[in-house]
Amino acid sequence: MVRTLLVRGLLVGLAAGLLAAVFAFFVGEPQVDNAIAIEQAASQTAEAGHDDGAAPHSHAEDEAAPAHSHGEDELVSRPGQQAGLFLALALYGVSVGGIFGLAYAGLRGRVGPRSDRAFAAFLAGAAFVAAVLVPFLKYPANPPAVGDPETIGSRTTLYLVMVAIGLLSLGVAAACARQFPRYGPAAGTAGFLVPVIVAWALLPTVDEVPGGFPATLLWDFRVASLGTQLVLWTSIGVLYGLVTRRGAASAPMRDAVPS
Amino acid sequence: MNELAGSRPIPLSRLRPWLLAVPVSLLLAYLVTFDQGAVSQMGSYLHELMHDGRHLLGVPCH
Ligand SMILES: [Zn+2]
Repeated sequence: MVRTLLVRGLLVGLAAGLLAAVFAFFVGEPQVDNAIAIEQAASQTAEAGHDDGAAPHSHAEDEAAPAHSHGEDELVSRPGQQAGLFLALALYGVSVGGIFGLAYAGLRGRVGPRSDRAFAAFLAGAAFVAAVLVPFLKYPANPPAVGDPETIGSRTTLYLVMVAIGLLSLGVAAACARQFPRYGPAAGTAGFLVPVIVAWALLPTVDEVPGGFPATLLWDFRVASLGTQLVLWTSIGVLYGLVTRRGAASAPMRDAVPS
Repeated sequence: MNELAGSRPIPLSRLRPWLLAVPVSLLLAYLVTFDQGAVSQMGSYLHELMHDGRHLLGVPCH
């Protein structure tokens, strides 16, 4: 049933989001804190001489305002944002889990491996590569203090274009694999990589890391970010396969349809 | 549950009524990753609350 598969996706997504949040809390938060310390040191230097120390909330009032405030005067405290990490990843997990469940319902038996467990892992792996790895390799995650606030609009657009190209390339891959069934995996891989590599080459590069920003911190943050997504999608693939297999095993036998 | 026991695809006609879940899910993802109060009507409160998650998910923030 589609409904069962969808609800399963939402629940598995919630669990996966919370697992990813645990990883992000222990591995990623120290990097975020370090980057915010650098950001605040930089903005205090810039603001020296002004008596109204309150940095404007750039996102709220004005897209073009220079600083994204992480100071004491902010709307949500740092501990609040660290708790918000769990909420954000739980909601994100539910969201992608729901789409995953519907994609599972629509694609199972049409592409990829036949068994539930293998297909769940296949689908989660494809989603991670297309929607996370492909954009990450062109526009990697940035910690606070990296990135020019004035270009947030164009950077967001480029990021979403890269996500879309990754997902559309999955369609190209499926079409190629179907066209050349004798070389299925090779044709699928080539059909995926060609449009992705062309897009990587053609889309503009973003290079906005401030001079003097510690390279090790940037690297550690990016590894933590990719790791968070990897935990999320690995959990979705494994957990969805497990619950679906259990569901199928406990389904009444009279429902089984010989194929 | 019968579709799960075999490898037969689920007919697309049975999928159609559930497709509304896709835009709903995308709206939720939008609230987490990009909304700055325009949709949630909570100002930038949600935006700031989700801040660390957005960075660690790899979405451009600022
Ligand atoms: Zn930020």
